[in-house]
Amino acid sequence: MSTGGAFAWFEAFLADCRGENLLVEEVAGPAGPARCLRLDPEDWGAFARLAARTGLRWCAVWGEHRPPRIVVSACLERAGGYLLARTAVEEATPVLPSHTPHYPAADRPERHLQDLLGVVFTDHPDARRWVRHRAWGESEFPLRRDFPLRREAPGPTPPDADYPFLRTEGAGVYEIPVGPVHAGIIEPGHFRFQAIGEAVLNLEERLGYTHKGIEKLAEGRDAEGLARLAGRVSGDSTVGHTWAACQAMERAAQLEPPPRALALRGLLAKRERIANHLGDVGAICNDVGFAFAWFQFSRLRERWQRDNARVFGHRLLRGAVVPGGTAVDVSPQEHRELAGAAAALAHELDELVPILEENASLQDRLVGTGVLPRETAERLGTLGYVARASGIDRDVRRDAPYFPYDRLEVRVPVRAAGDVAARLAVRIEELRIGLELHARLLDMLPGGAVRVPWRGAAPGAEGLGIVEGWRGEILAFVRFGPRGEVARYYPRDPSWLNWPALEVLIDGNIVPDFPVCNKSVNASYSGHDL
Amino acid sequence: MADHLTSWVLALVQTALFVAGAPLLAGWLKRVKCRLQNRRGPRLTQPYRDLLRLFRKELLLPEGSSWVFRAAPYVIFGAIVLAAAVVPLIALRLPTSAIADVIVLVGFFALARFFLALAGMDVGTAFGGMGASREMTVASLAEPALLMAVFTLAMSAGTTDLSVAIQRILSSGLVIRPSFVFALLGLLLVAVAETGRIPVDNPATHLELTMIHEAMVLEYSGRHLALMEWAAQIKFMIYAALIANIFLPWGIAVGFGFGALALGAAAVAVKLALLAALLAVSETLLAKMRLFAAPQFLGFAYLLCLLGMLSHVILEVGG
Repeated sequence: MSTGGAFAWFEAFLADCRGENLLVEEVAGPAGPARCLRLDPEDWGAFARLAARTGLRWCAVWGEHRPPRIVVSACLERAGGYLLARTAVEEATPVLPSHTPHYPAADRPERHLQDLLGVVFTDHPDARRWVRHRAWGESEFPLRRDFPLRREAPGPTPPDADYPFLRTEGAGVYEIPVGPVHAGIIEPGHFRFQAIGEAVLNLEERLGYTHKGIEKLAEGRDAEGLARLAGRVSGDSTVGHTWAACQAMERAAQLEPPPRALALRGLLAKRERIANHLGDVGAICNDVGFAFAWFQFSRLRERWQRDNARVFGHRLLRGAVVPGGTAVDVSPQEHRELAGAAAALAHELDELVPILEENASLQDRLVGTGVLPRETAERLGTLGYVARASGIDRDVRRDAPYFPYDRLEVRVPVRAAGDVAARLAVRIEELRIGLELHARLLDMLPGGAVRVPWRGAAPGAEGLGIVEGWRGEILAFVRFGPRGEVARYYPRDPSWLNWPALEVLIDGNIVPDFPVCNKSVNASYSGHDL
Repeated sequence: MADHLTSWVLALVQTALFVAGAPLLAGWLKRVKCRLQNRRGPRLTQPYRDLLRLFRKELLLPEGSSWVFRAAPYVIFGAIVLAAAVVPLIALRLPTSAIADVIVLVGFFALARFFLALAGMDVGTAFGGMGASREMTVASLAEPALLMAVFTLAMSAGTTDLSVAIQRILSSGLVIRPSFVFALLGLLLVAVAETGRIPVDNPATHLELTMIHEAMVLEYSGRHLALMEWAAQIKFMIYAALIANIFLPWGIAVGFGFGALALGAAAVAVKLALLAALLAVSETLLAKMRLFAAPQFLGFAYLLCLLGMLSHVILEVGG
């Protein structure tokens, strides 16, 4: 649990906490790669201040209603070692200092908690509702135990007309509301621009249109049911989320899936990453009117996904990862076919990528557009390729490796520029690395079974799953209830931490460059709205 | 008298050819572009089917739109068809081009654009206004360049009547004049900007925030949209025919004999097909440029046209 190197900073940090007179106590937390500290609610804010000063990265916050209290957990990380901070507040007075003043990344996750569980964050700089549009009332909290899992459909949600957007005033300033319904077929989200001419003064995101109640729906499910639900958190990250959820459940149940299953999960995750990057590389080019790349990369992605459907039964690999292993296996014949298709793809990339890199009119649009400076990326806790394109060398597969990555050398591409071109370059590099790893995983695929039967977890068992999805670090928390059913599931999609980066990187750009900036980040609406 | 009547009939037929042929040219452009992108393109007749479909579809009017919104498609379509009547397609010496010269042609375009921008703003959505503002920015730079190209031509030919000018060019034989080369290059750039093609605008985009022309017609549906799209296709063909017949006039019918007309039709078909293919190549090779680069692009076009006129004054006058 406490692996040497990753937690080298831990004892010193604990001493600092005591030096600041914080009441901390190391306790047994969820099974997983994190050490757990119990805190006094009053110290919650001071703890964040100290953690920010010590250089811990803020990952997630979630809560659980365990009457008569609400248990709030926050996850932080440093050097590959995860720290879980826990506290509990009374359900009648659920008041807690906020982490947001010290960690801007905590802003929306805390508002999410406020809307769903009714926790009030005292010094939160922005107490507006977030995920709650108007589908439920201000005094209703869907994640409280007394909120029924199944109730009569409340009827059509009234239009969310009174959300207090930020206002900009002045001569020549005008407002462009975009979405949630767009001219193209994309996920719904609302973007409110304040602009002077074509220059963007401010962009405000309003998300939550795809809120599905994932966390509430998880309550009472069995392990298989939760894995199915996790596969639907965000359609393009179905492997990542299912893996994280299964990892959490397996850790809680102390169940070790066979090595072949874990290697297969690695293979599936690679296939998911490659498919998404192929689609996005083409789409980024298409957003600046370079349709050639869009059609070529769409063709490659389509072929790749047809292979997915043929070998693994689903184009997006839904349902492939299950608790205890995988539901799919590859025959020697399919093994050869996959390897052949991957080699062919690598060959096509060698032809296509130079075309993109050498097209001056394309590069002219991408270089210098949507710059996310490194300090901002650090401050917002940005993840995945967005962080790596801004010079942050971070990847769970290398920093806190889990099987099969502890047996593989994972190269992490990093660029310093932080612009759209850098994000594109990182993605292209990840495509190449992904194909290498795909080949290595096929080579090292151990024999044996792909699944062990699921056995129930002990009542109250908790697990934390942390994997690197194609967008970045995915975190899943699972706690089982008294009958081995799921009592609480919280998936933290990397999009939570990447959406705010978009608001910042659009600064100083012009309105018509927003789509390409957005596409280069491509945060998930569904994974964020839950 | 009979000749006079024939010429009027021919002028009408030629205008009808513009109106009927424009979707075909659009279909051809699309098909070549698809081939260049390794795709199987739609049939050449697909634009006709699309127009027919739109004409049959229900018409929806946005809330709060005024008569401007309803009238604009007809005004625009009408102005563009009138503009088409001025441009020689297969034959010269037509009465329509004698009535209205090339400056009137530019005027028709301006009228159409004025109503397009009004219609964009009339619905009151952010996109309509944004598109209108961008369109006017582009137009305010494209129109002077267009006029400058036209003046170069007019000064060479000593007239602003397109028919007469083309005839003079034809009769002077194959001479490469620097003024024409500059004007041709300038006009090519203007045509790309004015017809909303890559790299200035992207007619195929679904991204509201990047649109210029499409942003103004976002709220249109049914037959209104059909008229708007049809007008855009005709406008594209007018520009193509202008470039083809001014700078490469060979083959165009000077007399009204059947043979000459058939040759004229065949010649212009080949020229238009080649021009569209050229555009398809450039659209495949280029990404759309940043909106703020469009003024530079059009400034360059203006400069080319100006150079054309200067080189005419310096090199060709009195020579």
